[in-house]
Amino acid sequence: MTYDLTVNGTAHSVDMPGDTPLLWVLRDGLHLTGTKYGCGIAACGACTVHLDGEAVRSCQIWLEDAVGRPITTIEGLGTPDTPHAVQAAWVQHQVAQCGYCQSGQIMQAAALLAETPSPDDATIEAAMAGNLCRCGTYPRIRAAIKTAAETLKG
Amino acid sequence: MNTAKTLARRTFMIGSVAVAGGVAFGVWAYKRPAPNPLTGKGHALTPYVVIDANGITLIAPRAEMGQGVQTTLAALLAEEMDLAWEQVRVMHGPASHAYFNAAILEEGVPFAPTDEGWLAETARGAMHVPAKFLGMQITGGSSSTPDAFDKMRAAGAVARVALIAAAARQTGLAEGDLTTAEGAVILPDGRRLAYTDLAQDAAASDLPDVPPLKPRSEWKLLGRALPRTDMLEKVTGTAKFTADFRHPGMVFATARSNPGLGAGVKTYDATKALAMPGVVDVVPVPDGVAVVANSTWAAFKAMDAVTIEWEPAPYAATDADMRAEVAASFTPDHQDSRKRDEGDVDAALGADAWAAEYTVPYLAHATMEPMTAGAWLTNGRLRVWAGNQLPTQVLKEAAKVTGLDVSAIEVETPVMGGGFGRRAEMDFIKQAITVAKALEGRPVLLTWTREEDMTHDAYRPMATARVRGAVKGGKVAGFDLRLAAPAVMASQAGRLGISLPGPDASIVQGAWEQPYGFEHYRVTGYRVPAGVPVGSWRSVGASQNAFFHDTAVDELAHLAGVDPLNFRLSQIDHAPSRKVLEAVAEACDWGAVPAGHARGVAFCLSFGVPTAQVIEVTQTAQGVVMTGAWAAVDVGIALDPSIIEAQVQGGMIFGLSAAIRGEITFKGGHAQQRNFPDYDALRMPECPPITVRILENGTKIRGIGEPGTPPAAPALGNAIFALTGQRIRSLPLNKTINFA
Repeated sequence: MTYDLTVNGTAHSVDMPGDTPLLWVLRDGLHLTGTKYGCGIAACGACTVHLDGEAVRSCQIWLEDAVGRPITTIEGLGTPDTPHAVQAAWVQHQVAQCGYCQSGQIMQAAALLAETPSPDDATIEAAMAGNLCRCGTYPRIRAAIKTAAETLKG
Repeated sequence: MNTAKTLARRTFMIGSVAVAGGVAFGVWAYKRPAPNPLTGKGHALTPYVVIDANGITLIAPRAEMGQGVQTTLAALLAEEMDLAWEQVRVMHGPASHAYFNAAILEEGVPFAPTDEGWLAETARGAMHVPAKFLGMQITGGSSSTPDAFDKMRAAGAVARVALIAAAARQTGLAEGDLTTAEGAVILPDGRRLAYTDLAQDAAASDLPDVPPLKPRSEWKLLGRALPRTDMLEKVTGTAKFTADFRHPGMVFATARSNPGLGAGVKTYDATKALAMPGVVDVVPVPDGVAVVANSTWAAFKAMDAVTIEWEPAPYAATDADMRAEVAASFTPDHQDSRKRDEGDVDAALGADAWAAEYTVPYLAHATMEPMTAGAWLTNGRLRVWAGNQLPTQVLKEAAKVTGLDVSAIEVETPVMGGGFGRRAEMDFIKQAITVAKALEGRPVLLTWTREEDMTHDAYRPMATARVRGAVKGGKVAGFDLRLAAPAVMASQAGRLGISLPGPDASIVQGAWEQPYGFEHYRVTGYRVPAGVPVGSWRSVGASQNAFFHDTAVDELAHLAGVDPLNFRLSQIDHAPSRKVLEAVAEACDWGAVPAGHARGVAFCLSFGVPTAQVIEVTQTAQGVVMTGAWAAVDVGIALDPSIIEAQVQGGMIFGLSAAIRGEITFKGGHAQQRNFPDYDALRMPECPPITVRILENGTKIRGIGEPGTPPAAPALGNAIFALTGQRIRSLPLNKTINFA
């Protein structure tokens, strides 16, 4: 059976079982590999994407439940030529080390700032607590989120 | 007499490594350069520089695991070549013996890093010969920068001179009249000849001798915070990790290995799995069984449907049994080394000295990217792509699995989602190659589940320390540290088919070479018999030994009634080490602790880098909270302060995660922690602000991937003691106290 998905504004028809997690639909079905597999149980946040504008763990969303709902991945947030303000802030603060968790960190931060344009420290930390980084980039992520918030406010 | 004995031992150690590497080929072969692996690929000027019509590509042949090594290595070349940073493109390059790592073996010489005497330096120099014959292209041991510092600047300088010579030939001008800037040779009249236009001519001529390198005062790129070459890709989801490559007809695999590590498969039944949708095949692989399917998810699901009967684990069943084996190893017949033995420790301590025992558990690496490897065997050629820290070993293993000659094998090393020592192991790569052999013609991507990754590690070993000490007049009057742990280097090398005779440096690393001037000072290592496979875990032996050594020093400071920072400072005579303690004290304003807070300091010299850290904690209704952290490090020469800062912060967070809650336990020979809820790391709300000071008083350039980790655990433990009066001698700390 095929399912119709809209990812980063583009319509796709996907022929995969309906209970396939969105993560694997994106990666192995659509070859959108910016979204990462880290744990498979919503414990690390590496697979975070936006579904209906909200940050979700794509390892927990079934393909059949994502039909008809706009999906944004890291590739759709911004590109190397036209990065989103959050991505630009990540470059400015040189946040990434290994980079594997950063797609998820950035999608989480972008959703936070869309909802709360001027988050205080406690709000930032609560929003980001589900996103694990083993390299220890947290100090720079904090700084980059503040920079991005300023940029987005204009 | 004593000196002669010591000398003989040292010669043996160095000799054994040399023999293992085949030093018998002699000096002539050593001096002959290894073949340039880039020959035929664009215009290769040295094994590090390729220039073609598209631009200039620099080869940074060390694994990019997040530590920023490719940026810094590229900067070494670019500096001497006079490139603008925007012109730089960098890649890891092929697996080749030309990219051997000489600095990694220097850690193995039996001299403290602070010993710069003639003998110590000669021994270190001698290690370059075996390194070349071992041909080890290895990323680890914080050795990439020290190894590359002269080598890659020289390669850049040679390329620049060759390009100038080509310009001189083309223009008829004298080489001395030509200069270089931003990727071009500049003629006296201001005209620019781009390197890209000169490369063909330059590559056709013999390479010149290495010219004098630029003095530091002329550096334009080195010594500055450069934008990392991998940053934009990593924040836009366009960086290609191992699992991100797609080839036509690619299939997706996963493997399940025996949770009894190192044991085999009795039988397995794949009937159900083979009937599941999307499943292509089920293949026996080293250590277990692999399922191949049309998506990774289909492979994961079908893997659960394969029933496997395992051989039992070839070691003790539980961590309690393993701890008993460690405890039973404090005997003369298990003694592995006594690399420090000063004064008369037994006489100085007497019978009623202060004594304590410390323990640390097994730890997993838990890189964010689970173990993943790709392989494609087609038309008699094998292509392997896999994040790894040992590409030349991958070549060797691939040849063994497929029977192909290494000339028919290509190994690519993509950026990796963390390494921390785990990707120096070959297990998952051998599995991918085995599947590719079974499915000849089809590209195979093999991805481990998180559960597979966490339960099949080469763990940081469990270890125990027993210490006795005495204080007199505010100083240490005697210090006897005994360390029992399995041999990490022997375990790791054994899996690569290399036997390492002699003492195992990992057992006492981070303890025996500390720059304290205690008059009666002894550090003894005891080798626990091999059991669970153990491997290099960020900072290796120093990861546990800093906790043992420094916590003991802290306890003695309190026993002596002396401020813990001054206590350390007053007994260290190595100037760079003293200065990091002074710098960290100044950074945190050591004397001015906010009300209701407490601080702990710790010091460890590891990988040649003296590192001092301070952690500040407070008690809340929810538990202990870290409110501040400071670190000072001495790297000799700081090539990129931004990357160094990130490594120290990250190393510290890595150490704190393990100190607070890191523990792998065993039952029935199987690791019990399966995913992040069981084996978590620090999350952002728990992470204190971390201030890093970078010093350059050391006489040698040092790598910084690891030294940030060792002092983190003792600094936190010492802070908790200062806050609560409770001395916690067993990690992880959360078994004893509550963290918010």
